[in-house]
Amino acid sequence: MPPSETPLHEGPQGVEGQPLIVFDQVVKRFGDLTVLDHLDFQVDPGERVTLIGPSGSGKTTILRLLMTLEKVTEGHIWVDGEPFSHMPRGSGLAPASESYLRAKRRRVGMVFQQFNLFPNMTVRQNITEAPIHVLGTPKDEANQRASDLLDLVGLGEKIDAHPTQLSGGQQQRVAIARALAMQPEILLLDEVTSALDPELVAGVLDVLREIAETTDITMLCVTHEMGFARDVSHRVLMFDQGQIAEEGHPDQIFGDPREERTKSFLRSVLDNGD
Amino acid sequence: MWDFEFTLEVMPDLLEGLWITVQATVMGYLIALALGLAIAMVRRVPYAGGVVHAVMEFIRTTPLLVQLVFVFLVAPSTVSGMTIGVVVLGVHYSAYTAEVYRSGIEGVAKGQWEAARALSLPARRTWGAIVLPQAIRKVIPALGNYLIAMFKDTPLLFAIGVAELLTQAQRLGAANFRVVEMYTLVGFLFLIVSIPSAILIRRLERRYAAV
Ligand SMILES: Nc1ncnc2c1ncn2[C@@H]1O[C@H](COP(=O)(O)OP(=O)(O)O)[C@@H](O)[C@H]1O
Ligand SMILES: [Mg+2]
Repeated sequence: MPPSETPLHEGPQGVEGQPLIVFDQVVKRFGDLTVLDHLDFQVDPGERVTLIGPSGSGKTTILRLLMTLEKVTEGHIWVDGEPFSHMPRGSGLAPASESYLRAKRRRVGMVFQQFNLFPNMTVRQNITEAPIHVLGTPKDEANQRASDLLDLVGLGEKIDAHPTQLSGGQQQRVAIARALAMQPEILLLDEVTSALDPELVAGVLDVLREIAETTDITMLCVTHEMGFARDVSHRVLMFDQGQIAEEGHPDQIFGDPREERTKSFLRSVLDNGD
Repeated sequence: MWDFEFTLEVMPDLLEGLWITVQATVMGYLIALALGLAIAMVRRVPYAGGVVHAVMEFIRTTPLLVQLVFVFLVAPSTVSGMTIGVVVLGVHYSAYTAEVYRSGIEGVAKGQWEAARALSLPARRTWGAIVLPQAIRKVIPALGNYLIAMFKDTPLLFAIGVAELLTQAQRLGAANFRVVEMYTLVGFLFLIVSIPSAILIRRLERRYAAV
């Protein structure tokens, strides 16, 4: 249980040269299971970070904490110098209320492994729903932006289709467009190609490469696609048992890993042929 | 022997009774649809949900006839039997439709709620544009079955003096000593309404089961 009131940490300030995301001694437990164990890490604005590590090492949990789909058990998360897992109360911090989180989570977008498109809506409605009803974007403008985004992901002609009429790869590209429509500063990608047939993976990764090259959006990406991770990320974090086992430039992590755990993990991924 | 002349003679009164039966069913059903949905949503609220659940359990486990008579006896005499009948039918069946809605809502994938949350959608849109359209679509056939069940329960309004079909039949049958014929006609009239309704509901079922 998070303490109801904790002393105010010296949080990083939202100024030039300061990190955008800070995990400060974050602990996440599910019952007796400790998934994240006093985790510390930072991400700079515009940085693209790839999270790798064995299944169950807590990668998804990190993204879900940032998407406010989970709450921290202990520790704090800061975004742009402001408390994200907590909210200011008096001179300290209290667990964030739902309305506080609602305001904060707009800066973050997420693409899920299972796409999670809304099947009762067309592709266009999937993309315009949040801009219209959350940002208050006028309908015409939201539609225009939806068609621009669909062009970006190569699905301009599918704007009036329903998700069920699309392949997995197409659905995932729509999901990427949907997340981008909210113009998030931080984009979270959780194994976005793992549920796809092998021949559809490249199309989705190409879209993400394009986004990485043409925008300065901060990305946290969980993936087993090592070639892609090497191309787009500035830094790779190797997780094991809820802690960072090793971190470094992708060339170093993939080319010259130092930790035994990283080496054996990378071997296992290569053996699986991903 | 079947007396067709007598049949023709009583038919207008019976049809009038049937009309009241249909009206009571439809109005009661609308209450059950709306109230059931509200209950299904409130049931997800911590504390309040438990209270509502207990009340619904109580309603489901006591006979509709007893509820009708009880409310009829305690209600002020200015409230018509029809009003009482419709409201009690509606509230009684909302205990069932609430369960149907609940199963529909629980059937909506967790990922749908999470995607809505990740897009910062307000609760109103999450429910109204995403969860309920998917949930209700799946339970339309089950809701339809309760329409027919309610229609078949409407003769219970007889007990509180509503001039529905059974009441009319009872009155005419007793007056003319032709009770068996009257009840045959009642059964026949019920079938005339039930069968097309059932066919319609099967169609809906097929249509909505598709996706
Ligand atoms: N809601 C939950 N309840 C209980 N355990 C969970 C829950 N979510 C995740 N876990 C557990 O937490 C651990 C880490 O999960 P996850 O963050 O999904 O790892 P990864 O994405 O690295 O595979 C796993 O053992 C998983 O079973
Ligand atoms: Mg995962």
